[in-house]
This record gives sequence, structure tokens and C-alpha cells, in this order.
Amino acid sequence: MIEFKNITKSYNNGGPPAVANISLRIERGEFIFLVGPSGAGKSTLIKLLFREIMPTAGRLFFLKRNITEFTESELLRYRRRIGMVFQDFRLLKQKTVYENVAFALEVLGQSPRKIRQKVPLALEKVGLTGKEKAFPSELSGGEAQRVGIARAIVKDPLIILADEPTGNVDRDNSKQIMKLFEGINEGGTTVIVATHAWELVNQLQKRVIALKKGRIIRDEQNGGYDTEY
Amino acid sequence: MEVTTLNINSLRYCLRQSFISIYRNIWLVLVTAGIIAVSLSIFGGFLLIAINTGQIISNVESNIEIAVFLHNDANVKEIQFKLDNLKGVNNYTFVPKEQGLEDFSKLMNNRIPLEGLSGENNPLPDLFRVRATRAELVPELAREIQGYPGVETVEYGEKLIGMLNRVTSWLNTVFLVMSTLLALGAMFLIITTIRISVLSRQEEIGIMKYLGASNSFIRFPFILEGMVIGWIGTLSATLVLGAVYYQLVVSLQHEVLAFFIQPVTDIDILLPIFIGLLVMGTLLGGIGSMVSIHRHLQV
Repeated sequence: MIEFKNITKSYNNGGPPAVANISLRIERGEFIFLVGPSGAGKSTLIKLLFREIMPTAGRLFFLKRNITEFTESELLRYRRRIGMVFQDFRLLKQKTVYENVAFALEVLGQSPRKIRQKVPLALEKVGLTGKEKAFPSELSGGEAQRVGIARAIVKDPLIILADEPTGNVDRDNSKQIMKLFEGINEGGTTVIVATHAWELVNQLQKRVIALKKGRIIRDEQNGGYDTEY
Repeated sequence: MEVTTLNINSLRYCLRQSFISIYRNIWLVLVTAGIIAVSLSIFGGFLLIAINTGQIISNVESNIEIAVFLHNDANVKEIQFKLDNLKGVNNYTFVPKEQGLEDFSKLMNNRIPLEGLSGENNPLPDLFRVRATRAELVPELAREIQGYPGVETVEYGEKLIGMLNRVTSWLNTVFLVMSTLLALGAMFLIITTIRISVLSRQEEIGIMKYLGASNSFIRFPFILEGMVIGWIGTLSATLVLGAVYYQLVVSLQHEVLAFFIQPVTDIDILLPIFIGLLVMGTLLGGIGSMVSIHRHLQV
């Protein structure tokens, strides 16, 4: 479904490229951990996939189409099939849990009726039924991240991109969040998680792509984190 | 699903967002709208002055007549004969001094007592009012008539027209400079207000981008907000301007001045001006927003 072909990304700071000559394929329905130390290029890969940034060289295909050549409306359509989950949750403080999730559908112009149907389902999936009226400031880190996940899945995306989703969450909640991702993946959604959480990576035994200094040093099915990094 | 255009749900959402944003920044919005109102009132005021001056000038021009003042001992019949045979004269009327006094009295709404001014004491001369077939013949005819025996002096509003023309051109220049400055000022205000609005919603905009919101969806509420601010400002301006102008027209009707200055009261002329102002203010708001968004909103 996704294919990186010799992708290189350099930022204009004169340093070495953030990712260099990356080639990899991701099939529909896969669960992938991107691992590696800080600055290895995990976040750059996520940003490239969302086309938040453009590669300096190489081609990036989604369903056999080069996403770097997307028109504005194609890019929008593409991004609407991706659910993003962030380390810092990025919830709107002045909106309730329900409103934060509904917001994802409102910006897509969905009808109030559809929003009323889908939001409770998404909140139920992440175990937040009953917390609809709470504001982000009243939530724990784990709960806030589950709102972030509900917001990502409410629009039924093809891909979930998560950048350090357990970075601000305690151990127990991290486990629950990974379980949620596993459940979402079992439903057929491709899940790509950039993480430092070696314990969870080892526990889940999914495909692991390890990066170091912008290069893939390991791509292993049912792999572990490998604490060497 | 079409993603580049806004559907009805999006429009509803954008409208709500605009009004929420206006509500949140209500003081800023009111101050901006107020300053726009003042700017456009001045602009509209100048416009009304220009239109009225235009009307006065065209009135004067279409009524150009040569006033031929006669000596007391002038031979009226002879002059009449000469005028009958003068090329370029359309028509003329003779106004004897008694008639002149009466006309003057009427002009002054009978406020000037005429007793003691009749007969020998009448200070006014007899006169002919001569109209030319074409306005440009007036100076030539005036020169010709001036040469007739018994003619004391000839006037045809030459100085008045010259002065009015100078005043109009001066007014037009001031009007142009002022309106450009005021429009720029109002625009700058809108740009700043929308910028503050954009900055206060920066986080939300960032999240909207990640959620796949279209550019038009992100931009539209701000454009709408600017238009609403512009509209509120101009609406206040037109209401104030309309009220002041109405008062002026009403009070002028009771003044002696009304004979000389007849203000424009034709609704066919005034309505487009007020509607035009309203449209202009609203557009100004929209354009200001677009400039602000272009500069401060990276989507």
C-alpha cells in the first residue's frame, strides 16, 4: 500500500540528512513499529508519510500513486484517510472530550446526525464512555491519549500514524494504548507507531523497522526493540 | 466526497466559528467596526458633499442666463429690438425694476419690508434676462450686449462658475486622497484584528490541518469574520450618515439658503450611495481578512 523508494530528506541546516536513501514497503493491514534513538529519523518518516514535509529526493507511493505529486485536493483526500496520534495529544483545551472527537468529523463537513452516531462509538472503542463532558484538563495522560486515538479512528482511516503516543503516558496506560492500537489493527487498519517504548515493542512482537542516523538498520517481522539502540 | 468546496455542514460550522470568534473578541471587533464606521462616515460625507456640489453646478450651468442691467434712461424698446435680431439668443424676458423688487422680496420670504422702496426709491435697475441657444455662446453674447447704448452692466455668473469648478476640483482631490487614506486605514485595522483572531486560534488551525480540513474550510470563518466587522462598521456609518443628512435636508428646507442650495433628495441617487457604502465596507472587511490570512495563516 505504501512504498518508499530511495527517499532522502535533508533539512536546510547543513547537517547530514534526517533520512537517507530509505526504501521500504508497507502492506495494507500491517502493524509497524519505527524504533531508534532520538534523531534517528522516525518522526521525519511519519511527517513524510503525512506529507507534512516533502522528500529532498526519491519517491513515496500510496496505492501506487506518488504522493509528492498530489494536487491540493488529492492531498486532502489522502490526509483524510490517515489518523494522526501525537505524543502531546493536541486536544483543544476549550472543547470537551465529545467535542474534540466530533471536531474531526466537523472539519470534514459531516452531518450532525452522522457525528452523533459515530462519536459515541469511537469513545466506546477507547473506553471513554461517560467522560464525554470532561475537558482535557480534567483527564489523565492516558485518558487524553485515548481521546486522541478516538479522534483519529472516528473518521475510519486506512492508516494510523502515531508519533511517540506513549511518551507522556505512564506504564500501565501505555500498555492499554498499545492494546488499543492492536485492536484497531485487527480491524484492518494499518498502524505505524514511532516509539521508544522497548518493553511494549518486545511484548507485541510486530514488524519492527529500526533506524539509526537516518538509515534503516533492521527491518524484522515479529521483531523486538533490541535495547542496543 | 468533494474536498475542495464547502458543503452545507461545513458552511454551518464556519458560520458558527465566525460568530464564536466575534463573540470572543467582541471589544476588539467593536473598536474596529467603530473606527471603520467613523472612516466610512467621513468618506460618505465627502461623497454626499461632492454629489450636492455637482448638482449645484449643473443647476447653475443649465440656467446660465445673461443678466443685462439697464441705465435708468435706457431705451428698452431699442434694446428689445436689438435682442430680437441678435443671433444666438434663445429667448429673453424683461424684468422691470418693480417686478425685480417683488421677486427679491419673495426670494427673502417677504422678510424685508418694501415700504419706502417703491417708485423713485427703488434701488434696482430694469433688466433683461437673456438665454443663449448654447451655453458656450454666452460670453460672446454678453460682450455684444455690453456694447448696447443704455446697458449699464452685463453678468452671466462667470465668476461663480469658475469658483464652483475650482471648488469641485479641489473637493474631488481632497475626497480622493481622504477616501484612499481612510480605506487603507480601515483595511489595516481589519488586517490587524483578523491577525489577532488567527493567532488566538493558531493551535486549533494546526489541529484542523492534521484532521484533513481543507484550506477554504480553515480560511472561510476568518473571511466571514472580517466581512461581518466591515458590515457592522458600515451599517453604523450609513445609519448615522443617513440620519444626519436627513436632518440637514429638513432644516435646510426652512432656511433662506434653500433657494440657493437645494440638497439632493432623490432616493434613486441616495439609495445606491448608501447600498454602495454597505457593499464597499463589507468587501473591505473581506479583502482585509484575505490579506491578513495570506500573511499570517500558513495552511
